[in-house]
Amino acid sequence: MSILVFAEHDNKSLKADTLKTVAAAQAIGGDIHILVTGSDCQTVAEEASKVNGVSKVIVADNAAYEYQLAENISLLVTELAADYSHVLATALTTGKNFMPRVAALLDVAQISDIIAVESSDTFVRPIYAGNAIATVQSSDSKKVITVRTTGFDAVATDGNAEIVAIDTVTDAGISSYVSDELTVSERPELGAASVIISGGRGMQNGDNFKLLEGIADKLGAAIGASRAAVDAGFVPNDMQVGQTGKIVAPDLYIAVGISGAIQHLAGMKDSKVIVAINKDPEAPIFQVADYGLVADLFEALPELESKL
Amino acid sequence: MKVLVPIKRVIDYNVKVRVKADNSNVDLANVKMAINPFCEIAVEEAVRLKEAGTATEVIAVSIGAKACQEQLRTALALGADRAIHIETELTLDALNIAKLLQKVVEEEQPQLVILGKQSIDSDNNQTGQMLAALTNMAQGTFASEVKVDGDKVNVTREVDGGLQTVALNLPAIVTTDLRLNEPRYASLPNIMKAKRKPMDVKAADGFGIDLSPRTQLLKVTPPADRQAGIIVESIDELVEKLKNEAKVIS
Ligand SMILES: Cc1cc2nc3c(=O)[nH]c(=O)nc-3n(C[C@H](O)[C@H](O)[C@H](O)COP(=O)(O)OP(=O)(O)OC[C@H]3O[C@@H](n4cnc5c(N)ncnc54)[C@H](O)[C@@H]3O)c2cc1C
Ligand SMILES: Nc1ncnc2c1ncn2[C@@H]1O[C@H](COP(=O)(O)O)[C@@H](O)[C@H]1O
Repeated sequence: MSILVFAEHDNKSLKADTLKTVAAAQAIGGDIHILVTGSDCQTVAEEASKVNGVSKVIVADNAAYEYQLAENISLLVTELAADYSHVLATALTTGKNFMPRVAALLDVAQISDIIAVESSDTFVRPIYAGNAIATVQSSDSKKVITVRTTGFDAVATDGNAEIVAIDTVTDAGISSYVSDELTVSERPELGAASVIISGGRGMQNGDNFKLLEGIADKLGAAIGASRAAVDAGFVPNDMQVGQTGKIVAPDLYIAVGISGAIQHLAGMKDSKVIVAINKDPEAPIFQVADYGLVADLFEALPELESKL
Repeated sequence: MKVLVPIKRVIDYNVKVRVKADNSNVDLANVKMAINPFCEIAVEEAVRLKEAGTATEVIAVSIGAKACQEQLRTALALGADRAIHIETELTLDALNIAKLLQKVVEEEQPQLVILGKQSIDSDNNQTGQMLAALTNMAQGTFASEVKVDGDKVNVTREVDGGLQTVALNLPAIVTTDLRLNEPRYASLPNIMKAKRKPMDVKAADGFGIDLSPRTQLLKVTPPADRQAGIIVESIDELVEKLKNEAKVIS
């Protein structure tokens, strides 16, 4: 078996999530190659070559791939897939965007968001917002899979794979990049943080998220939010944790002014330790919290910051 | 321009499903069903395009058992002009759904197909992208803003780092994210009117597509149970527990 793993990156550095997707590839077993598509992405390729268990890094460096447009990337991955039994990408917005196109072009089903590997054709994935766990077997000749990173531990990075550049350019010519508005933050990313503190509708407005910042600074934490806080315009969408946002599993997750709707729990209930601060003792979040504090967040947060 | 909106009948999003005792699947007997929330947003977006004079006709399509005609009626009450029901008792992989939708696209020739980004039951997040590949169309997934501009559509997408805007040649595929709009409620007169709007029913096996499943569901189990922990009385106690018991802060 041979497995192609699609690298997540920003043309400068490899996202750590890719190391977890490689772990999933190792669980399947076989010769593992990483594909780096991008523009001016040589440093990414070099980083990828150090990922353990990988024998080859394929680099497709071209302007057509700069923004990871699904129409362009999917054509390239479909072409390369001829040589592999499995194609894996991380279940983040890039992988979710282009991988189903690859599956359709290969005429195979896609298995989304796997959290465990049972064998080379059988995988485990959550359904119904994580309220049920399905074991599915694929009868397709090629498997197209996205990997939920909370299911796998990152592999180490002391390997030494060969780097091979390819000059295939697949530009579908039907879509183009216009602009982006990316959040710049000094804090760790939600997916990479070992501590996350999230605020919900109970925060009342965006300004009050400052109350979380002081604590996040002390704990080296990332800041997340519930969908209600995003919808109300308190914070940007990339902070959303949940079924339809980011799935996280840090060592410590602190939920503040969040009720604990199933869609929110779906994104954080695999965290090692959960703390909930909520003024309503009946809030469902307390049913999953290791430590619950029934309190007004406007009193609790300043005190917590001062005592850390 | 015509807008096609594929909608799915799913469990109501407020319901927490249970796994059947024999682990064969989840138990949907007597569970409240509804239109997938993301599909409702798709219908709303299409209807707004019509109200703005950009779209001329909104067609809702659903693939599934007879009962999904209920959700098609909801879409008609929300403002869709007509509906297509592709009937099947089978549970289809997203790829087969996309292949059936491709046939509808070939027949109807819509300029825009708006789907939900994700079904809240299978959590697949696949169909729109697959349909885009099969029809060789551009795609704007996880949309929080859609602006038709001549022969292009600009779609602002919710991505991991924030927002990204792409320009797509029409015809194109859009999949909705939650912030795209807030769906209206169907008024009683519109619910009555919807009963008289046309609904075309076709058999899924009449399209000449091999609908046999590519994946087999071997078993379904409940997630690992998480026990409620303790209620602490003060911040001091919380900090002490996190340091000395959970050892997650120092
Ligand atoms: C299809 C779909 C997908 C969704 N996906 C997601 C998702 O990915 N992520 C997500 O989070 N949600 C998602 N949602 C929304 C979800 O259903 C809930 O509406 C949302 O999670 C509620 O957010 P909340 O807990 O912040 O708000 P609320 O439910 O309004 O809870 C606010 C909480 O704050 C507490 N509070 C208020 N004031 C204070 C105070 N002063 N001190 C302490 N506590 C206080 C209240 O007691 C309450 O428990 C989705 C919904 C749908 C339909
Ligand atoms: N059976 C179906 N009938 C019509 N549309 C569907 C069906 N299944 C999925 N879709 C569409 O595809 C979107 C994404 O679904 P999925 O790929 O299953 O997560 C849904 O929001 C619908 O718009």
